[in-house]
Parts: sequence; C-alpha cells; structure tokens
Amino acid sequence: MSALLTVTDLRAYYGQVQALHGLQFEMKEGSMTTLLGANGAGKTTTLRAICAMVRSTGSIQFAGTPLLGRSTEAIVKLGIAHVPQGRGTFTSMTVEENLQLGAITRKDKEIASDIERMYAHFPVLKQRHTQQAGTLSGGEQQMLAVARALMLRPRLMLLDEPSFGLAPLVVRDLFRILGKINREDKVSILVVEQNAQLALELADHAYVIETGRIVMSGTATDIASNEDIRKSYLGY
Amino acid sequence: MELFTNQVLAGIATGAIYACMALAVVMIYQAIDQLNFAQGEMAMFSTFLAWQMIQWGVPFWGAFALTLVISFAGGVMIERLLFKPLANAPILTHVAGFIALFAILNSVAGLTWDFTIKQFPSPFGSAPFLGSQLISTHQAGMIAVTLVLLLALYFFFQFTRIGLAMRAAAAQPESARLVGINTSWMVALGWGMASAIGAIAGMMIAPVVFLEPNMMGGVLIYGFAAAVLGGLSSPFGAVIGGFLVGIFENLAGTYIPGVGNELKLPIALALIITVLVVKPNGLFGRSVVKRV
Ligand SMILES: Nc1ncnc2c1ncn2[C@@H]1O[C@H](COP(=O)(O)OP(=O)(O)OP(=O)(O)O)[C@@H](O)[C@H]1O
Ligand SMILES: [Mg+2]
Repeated sequence: MSALLTVTDLRAYYGQVQALHGLQFEMKEGSMTTLLGANGAGKTTTLRAICAMVRSTGSIQFAGTPLLGRSTEAIVKLGIAHVPQGRGTFTSMTVEENLQLGAITRKDKEIASDIERMYAHFPVLKQRHTQQAGTLSGGEQQMLAVARALMLRPRLMLLDEPSFGLAPLVVRDLFRILGKINREDKVSILVVEQNAQLALELADHAYVIETGRIVMSGTATDIASNEDIRKSYLGY
Repeated sequence: MELFTNQVLAGIATGAIYACMALAVVMIYQAIDQLNFAQGEMAMFSTFLAWQMIQWGVPFWGAFALTLVISFAGGVMIERLLFKPLANAPILTHVAGFIALFAILNSVAGLTWDFTIKQFPSPFGSAPFLGSQLISTHQAGMIAVTLVLLLALYFFFQFTRIGLAMRAAAAQPESARLVGINTSWMVALGWGMASAIGAIAGMMIAPVVFLEPNMMGGVLIYGFAAAVLGGLSSPFGAVIGGFLVGIFENLAGTYIPGVGNELKLPIALALIITVLVVKPNGLFGRSVVKRV
C-alpha cells in the first residue's frame, strides 16, 4: 500500500514562536495511526498544519497532492475531515443541522441516508436531533463532532483528543465505533491522544512527538511493548 | 381613540420601511459583525437606478427586478473590492471605509441625478386601502412586501443549504472552514443580499419621502434603532423592531407635547441607547445556550 499522507520537514509557527521543528512521518491508506506526546509537544499543531490553520513550511503530501499553500476549505474538499480539540461543533445549531453542515460540500443524493447511518452509529444523536448542539453533554458533543466529520465521507479523518473529558465507558464506546469506521468504511484515521494505552490498543501505527519533533515511531504493538518508551514518553 | 388607532396604523406603515432597512442592517451585521453606515446610501443609489430605468420606459416590476439583480451584484462587488482587502484591519479602518462609501455614493448620485427631489411611482397606487381612510394601498403594499421578504428570508436561512452555510459561517467561521465552507464568499453573499434588501426598502419608501440623494439619512437611523431593538442577530426581531419603532415614532410625535417632526430623530437615538443599556441583545436577539 502506498502512503496516503507524507509529512516532511514540517515547521510551524505561531507568530515568532516555532512549534514544530522539522516533523517527519507518513501514514498508509486505511491505517489508524496515533500521535502521542506530552502536553505542548505539538500534536495539535501538527493536525492544524495539515488543515492550513497555522503558518507552516516544509511539505505535506496527501494522496500525491501537496497541501501547503491551499486554503482550509480546499483541503477539506480533498477529503480530510478534522475534529478539533474542544470538538468544533456548531453550538447554536441543531444536531441535524450539524450533520448537514458536515456534508455541505457534497453534491450527491445520499446525504439523507448518511445521516440515518450516523444515527445508527450514535443512537443518542437521533433522540436529540432537534436539540441545539451546545446543550448536549460533553460525550454527546464528541459523538456529534465525529459524526459531523464522517458526513464528509472523508478519506482521512484527523481527531484531536477525542477522549478528552469523557467517562471511560463512553471512551471505549467511541473508540469501538472509530475502529469499526476505520475497518468497514475504509476511512484512514490519524488520532491524537493523551490516553496512550487506549490509542495503542486500537491503532496500527504510532508516532511519539517531543517538542515539535518525532522521537519514536513503530507499529502500535512494538511501541506498546517497549517498556522504556512507555515509561519515558507515555507515562504508564 | 380613533386618533390613537390611526397613529398606530400609520406607525405600522412607516414601520414597514424601517423593518426592511433593519433587515438589511442585520444581514451585514451577521456577516461581518459591524453596522454598515453606508447601507442607506446604497439603498438610495439602487432606487435611483430603478427610477432611471422607469424613465427609460421599463415597466415598474421589470425595473424592480433588474434593480435587485444589479444591487445584489453591486453589494458583492463592494465587498470584494473595498472590504475584503480590509478583512483583518482594525475596526476604525472599516468605519473609514463605510464613510468613504457613503460619501462616494452620495456625491455620485448627486452628480448624476442632481439634488432636486423626484417623484417615484408606487406600484400599489395611493387610494385608500379597502375604503379605509387610515391607510393607503401603498402603505398596505409596503407592509405586505416586508412580510413576504421576511418569509422568504426565513425559508432561505432555514431550508436551503446555502442559507445553512451562511449561518454557520457567521456563527463559527473557523468551524465553518473545517466543513469546507468558503467563509469569505459567504460574507460577500451577505453583502449582496443586504444590498438587494436595501434596494427594496428604498423603492418602497421613495414614493413616500420622494427621491433625492439624502432621502435615506433619517430612515437608516430608524433602521438601526429597529435592528438594535429587535436584536442584531434576528431577522424576525428586526422586522418586529421596525414596526415597533414606527409605532413609537408616531405616538411620540402625537402625544408627547413638544415632540414635533424635529424631535423624532433624537427619539430614535434615545431608543437605541436605552435598548443597548437595558437589553443589549434586543428583544429577540439570540444569546447562545452554552454548557459550562
Ligand atoms: N495559539 C498559539 N500561540 C502561541 N503558541 C502556541 C499556540 N498554540 C500552541 N502554541 C505552542 O505550541 C506548542 C505546541 O502546542 P500544541 O497545542 O500543538 O501542543 P499539544 O501537543 O497539542 O498539547 P496538548 O496535549 O496540551 O493539547 C506549545 O509550546 C504551545 O505553547
Ligand atoms: Mg493539543
């Protein structure tokens, strides 16, 4: 399988502050890859750089298309859906409107049936479909954010700490659904997680970031079974 | 009592104009979070275009439709050429931009069509409405146009994809870009729609106040008052606000001693300030429900 996403020498800047220092990694089509690292390591910045939400240099290739220099909305249209840290749902709109917005760039006739599929994945969203997104619980909002991203029918989904603030049971459930989506719908997933143990259970590949650089990479099993890495970088 | 009903009805009729203007104000405010001081001049300019077409022999509704199309395109162009380059500039730069636009439109209209007042035809005539002496067919027509416009906008924002995209871009621009919405074009679209709505207001009010380059000055202040009263985020509120301001203006002019036509404008300004102090979100402004 060829690489779906190839990131080389990625540097990102917030004003004068440099947050990524020549980051390098790649991701295969159909893979579920996780980016791990401590607070402030640059995980969020990496996802933001892919979506042109922070000034960056270097190279990001998505299925052979260079992304740097494109606008966020153009990148989304290539099939990259981003669930930002802190969810990024449209709080003043209803659940159903959020799902429709996820598909706003699509022109096919299957949007309504996709909304039904999302309700099948996340039954609680169906019960709340006329409710304002801002009034959902944290876990429900996270499900909505994921469902909204899937409505794009993305080739690649970027998830920034989907487990943040959720009860362990809800997290399990969410990751089970993500695994299912990854296998059945062939959506490649790049997920940033604080919960390294859980992320490594699900992912096939893992990269560890430290202060804007990749310091470790390997299959999820290798990383999870390497006690040194676990102790020094992942803290469990 | 009859005087009272009379004044309320007259208030609703003038209120329809303020409601139209307020709708235009709300459209822009939703798109860029700012009040467009040149909104009235844009409406005046559109009305002159319609007048010119009618002079050339175009039938009223033909001129009306053409004016809407041209105004829409003009609004989009103004945004692309003048305000898009200012997108990240400080607020005062925008204000300067609005004032420049105001001055340009006002003087170009004056130069082209001069400052003498002109008759503008009403498509509804000016006979008493349903035989009533209280309100004319033109005023009734104006109210109907405002309500139809409001319904059309409601339908557009609630049931079309592009309306949904515009709402999303206005509410949360960064999230909107993340679902692939070109937020910059949504702003331009908002300008185009506001400009077309303003044109409708201009063409409805011109038969009442006569057409001249300064015709919209007072109307825009009332439009602002209506928009603020209704809540700057709500088209529905803007229309209700428009009617309320119209009624208030007429009643104050009739019943408060000393408030003649000269004092009506300060009353509108006082209303704006009172609303901003007492209920900053207006009557129908949405305060977004947030979980903490
Ligand atoms: N808006 C910003 N302005 C300036 N510096 C920023 C900004 N956002 C992030 N940074 C800096 O960039 C670095 C990387 O931040 P980033 O948000 O990518 O970390 P992270 O790995 O996602 O951390 P966390 O696990 O806490 O979410 C940090 O040093 C941070 O201080
Ligand atoms: Mg982060």
